Amino acid sequence: MFFLDSIWLIPLFPLVGAALMLFFGQRLDPQTAHGHADHGHGDHHDSPGKKLISVLCPGMVLLSFIFSAGAIVQLQGVEGHAYEVVKFTWLAGLKTATSAGPLVDFTAEWGYLLDPLSSVMIMVVTGVGFLIHIYSIGYMAHDGGYYRFFGYLNLFIFFMLTLVLANNYLLLFVGWEGVGLCSYLLIGFYFHKQSASNAANKAFLVNRIGDAAFVLGMLLMFSTLGTITFREIGPALAAGGFQAETATFGALSVMTLLFFIGATGKSAQLPLFVWLPDAMEGPTPVSALIHAATMVTAGVYMVARSSAIYVLAPKTMMIVAVVGGLTAIFAATIGLVQHDIKRVLAYSTVSQLGYMFLACGVGAFWVGVFHLYTHAFFKALLFLCSGSVIHAVGGEQDMRKMGALKDKIPWTYRTMLVGAIAIAGVPGLAGFFSKDEILWQVWSTQHQGLWVMGFITAGFTSFYMFRLIFLTFHGDNRVDPSTHVHESPKTMIIPLVVLAVASVFAGWAATPAAFADIGLHITAFEHMLEPVVAMPNAHGGGEHHDTGMEWLLMAASVGLAFAGIFLAKSMFARKRDGDAMEKSLGSGLHRLLYNKYYVDEIYGWLFVDGFAKGGGAALSSFDTKVIDGGVNGAGWLTRAISTVSIWWDTWIVDGAVRLTAFLVKFASYPMRMVETGMVQNYALFTVAGVLVILGYYMFQ
Amino acid sequence: MKEHILSIVWLTPLVGMFILLLLPKEAKNLIRLVANVAAFVGFLVSLPLVFWFDNASTAEYQFVERMSWIPSLGAEYYMGIDGISLLLIMLTTVVGFLSILSSWTAIDNRVKEYYSFFLFLQAAMLAVFMALDLFLFYVFWEIMLVPMYFIIGIWGHARRLYAAIKFFLYTLAGSVLLLLAMLALYFKHAEQFGVYSFAIEDLMRTQVPLDMQIWMFWGFFIAFAIKVPMFPLHTWLPDAHTEAPTAGSVILAGVLLKMGIYGMVRFSIPLLPEAASDPSTVQLIAALSIIGIVYGALVSLMQKNWKKLIAYSSVSHLGFCTLGIIALNPNGIAGGILQGINHGLSTPLLFLVIGIVYEQRHALEIADYGGLANRMPVYTVIFLISMLASMGMPGLNGFIGEFTILRGVFEHDPMWAAFAVLGIVLGAAYLLWLFQRTMLGPLTNPKNETLRDMNPREICVMLPLIAWCFWIGLYPKQHFEILDKPVARIVERVDPEYYSRNGIPNPLNEGAQVAKLVQD
Repeated sequence: MFFLDSIWLIPLFPLVGAALMLFFGQRLDPQTAHGHADHGHGDHHDSPGKKLISVLCPGMVLLSFIFSAGAIVQLQGVEGHAYEVVKFTWLAGLKTATSAGPLVDFTAEWGYLLDPLSSVMIMVVTGVGFLIHIYSIGYMAHDGGYYRFFGYLNLFIFFMLTLVLANNYLLLFVGWEGVGLCSYLLIGFYFHKQSASNAANKAFLVNRIGDAAFVLGMLLMFSTLGTITFREIGPALAAGGFQAETATFGALSVMTLLFFIGATGKSAQLPLFVWLPDAMEGPTPVSALIHAATMVTAGVYMVARSSAIYVLAPKTMMIVAVVGGLTAIFAATIGLVQHDIKRVLAYSTVSQLGYMFLACGVGAFWVGVFHLYTHAFFKALLFLCSGSVIHAVGGEQDMRKMGALKDKIPWTYRTMLVGAIAIAGVPGLAGFFSKDEILWQVWSTQHQGLWVMGFITAGFTSFYMFRLIFLTFHGDNRVDPSTHVHESPKTMIIPLVVLAVASVFAGWAATPAAFADIGLHITAFEHMLEPVVAMPNAHGGGEHHDTGMEWLLMAASVGLAFAGIFLAKSMFARKRDGDAMEKSLGSGLHRLLYNKYYVDEIYGWLFVDGFAKGGGAALSSFDTKVIDGGVNGAGWLTRAISTVSIWWDTWIVDGAVRLTAFLVKFASYPMRMVETGMVQNYALFTVAGVLVILGYYMFQ
Repeated sequence: MKEHILSIVWLTPLVGMFILLLLPKEAKNLIRLVANVAAFVGFLVSLPLVFWFDNASTAEYQFVERMSWIPSLGAEYYMGIDGISLLLIMLTTVVGFLSILSSWTAIDNRVKEYYSFFLFLQAAMLAVFMALDLFLFYVFWEIMLVPMYFIIGIWGHARRLYAAIKFFLYTLAGSVLLLLAMLALYFKHAEQFGVYSFAIEDLMRTQVPLDMQIWMFWGFFIAFAIKVPMFPLHTWLPDAHTEAPTAGSVILAGVLLKMGIYGMVRFSIPLLPEAASDPSTVQLIAALSIIGIVYGALVSLMQKNWKKLIAYSSVSHLGFCTLGIIALNPNGIAGGILQGINHGLSTPLLFLVIGIVYEQRHALEIADYGGLANRMPVYTVIFLISMLASMGMPGLNGFIGEFTILRGVFEHDPMWAAFAVLGIVLGAAYLLWLFQRTMLGPLTNPKNETLRDMNPREICVMLPLIAWCFWIGLYPKQHFEILDKPVARIVERVDPEYYSRNGIPNPLNEGAQVAKLVQD
């Protein structure tokens, strides 16, 4: 089982690439030591070093892809479809007391687990990752810091693969934090831009809030279940006799909630979604890879990975579903009115991630993962296409300055149209299958309120996507006339075509149950994930399927998708007269949506200026004035006392001494007058004395 | 050789100092060379400790040297180390050598005095971690202040005299309490056993009633808490750090602060276990630690001076250490000690990072910098790694320490852990913001145009520390193995039932268990 035993190599290849870039990259590509966000297109001759980078870094990801594919093929022959490779024990040592049992040895291994769930993830990460690496060769060709970009990108792939291949939560957390770091580095890739470094900081810090909850979740998990290793969770739940916490909000509910808070950070859900739209400051391939296809889905992966615990915590599940549903519709409304092409896609991503959590929350974990998988293709495609558009119009991202591009950049147009159709939910393409399955699962688990949210979101989705298409590619030409619009090079177009093909066909891994009527019910995806992911609905609800209802709902959502497309066409396909959105929404509502409900402002005021900076400033002055004031006060007091002492010492104590001395001196003054030390005087006194004595005797 | 290894280790820097004193003070480069060689030899002679140290040994202390010193007082020259001291000694010889190496170009006046003080300080610090006689410990503990006082006072920045005096008096105030508590325990012991002794195991046998234990405990504890420093006894630190020369800050952060932690785990907790495990003591210390974590981080966030920012971050980090220790279970204590080591690696790195630009620009205000990444790529990477180590990025040392502490703390009281994780969020905030303001953005200040990137000597100073950071982060096993038994001894002192109550095998009995298995 060569490939299976080598799964630890899968993350290692890109790490080697990253290390080579960070140590030797500058020597390979010396002209571009410092980043410059310039999209100039002068005659460019690639240095051999640069060519080597272009082969090496994508090559490393390709190697990972090949090893992944090989391992997955071999996995099919393994009993239980799970294979674990443990390299070494990372953190163990001290024993811990837990409520789970008398002796539990805390261990976190540096170990890798390949099972169907991680198979899906590594295929997405290495497959889409490889295509985006190829795309970047063209996209980043004229940017400074070529080696730095590829180094970070490889490092990201390493951490992402560590995240999805880890066999325990702590190692998953290594990847979790690592991808956050790479995200930070890549958002801030154009670090000389203030907005980029602000966005990078914001991403890292908002994620850290989620991470803190994640850490607490791990601690609670260990103390409750006595393990943090994936394959031991199930047995531990069984051994501990845990029942679903339907009435209480017990340890399992708290634990799953903490993990979910972690997921809201990484996967940009309410209330921690604010970093993702700003993350668009990074180069577009980064947005496609990290902020659409892979990293942001880590939260969904983690929830699916923990599904066995989630199903025992129905209250948390409800929270997950509601947060997912709310995020989906909330972000979609913001996406309706944005002008920046990447921001529309960013809010779309937030919204689609909301769908995934909605699915998980109603117990359809496999559907969440299914949508993750289809979304990876069409959202990566859409981002890369937007990058190609931006590249074509010389770096412009505002759709108000685009238009009528479809014939000038035909390949970009065609592929992007495929992506838009796929996400809009037109039958036959990837997005239709996964989104429709989510809506059906939500409906059939009696969550009609959430279904309405998801349903409306679906309408919004097709509308804002086609608004983007029509504004960018149709209508009147609003491009700055001095711009030379040109189609992107082959290295960029080929990945687009591959992803477009995937966006068409990827959905056929799971078709609606109602398709059984036409003999097309495919359950491959569901069956594949069955050994890993909990499927409460399939077991609880039984198999009495309301096929008629399913067809009806499907028809409704397809109808809505088309309605969205046609509405967008009628509003944006023709010549442009002012902001059609603003007109139809009214300026107040438009402003509210355009400014993202002022969430950033509120958070900034409350947490950044209020808690952090305000609190920090207040405590700083407390520190210098009160605490250190006390210390300096004590010093001052000591000095004051010592001054008084000195005065006392000088005037009273020493005064008494000196007074004594003075008195003695005073008393001795007459005598001192006599003792002059001059021999003549003494002689004089002697003579005078003799005369006096003589006189005395003479006159007696 | 082996039986006198401890004396050799702590006396080597002192010998170096005496050689320095014989050199003419004009021969600056020769003095530098000799000082560096002495410090490096000091590191080399400490290496055998690592190889000779026996984790399996059942002896409480290893490499013990013991001889009579002042018989009339019962004070002895009594040296010995366990795993805790071993880690701290290695940290001292490494960080001590690197800080001397980092001073090569930074110090140009009174070079001879500078290096002499440094080597003297090095010897005193090493001896502190070895002394098992409380009197001997106290002597070194006090003596150490003198060279540090001069290092800050002579080679420091603008307000160096204020900082030096503050540092000296603050610590001295704590020492008075330490001395009182120490003597009280000493006389109590003499009263019970009829012999005068300062040896740690003799003092441990003393029976002290709880009320007396409590005030003795605070006597010890306040002295150590000032050194740590714990909120609200921390205000000497920002001044001392800010005003000290780079190498002074490095040694201060790297080693001196660890003496507070060391004092707690070596003396105040094991000597007075009932007072230490008294719920009110535990609650108070935990509350102060948590306040320190959040308070230090928030105050750090708003600092305008680069060095002061790092100084306040120490208050936050060491809050984690004391919180772990006062959880009084194996994970908490081991994590607290390990986090002490981690802080002793990552904070010196951050001070060295400052030193490199300070030496060129003579400015410490954050606002004087900005956009340095444009000019200094290697420096940027080193700073980034140091920052990540400090903020607890998994794969680096800080995470292992924090996580182990949190495990111990969570076991004691989950709410403590819930508060402590705030430090994880805020820790990222002040460091990232600092990194942004100094390194990222456009390079606006023309004075920074001439900055050069790091030279090979500077890189050599940083690399060993970075390597150690990765070692702990990726494979911390050896460190925990070293700490296993000494930590178990502390737990046994404060909570003798801990292991049997939780059904966890006591590492101290591991040898015995193996023997039993063989018998069966």
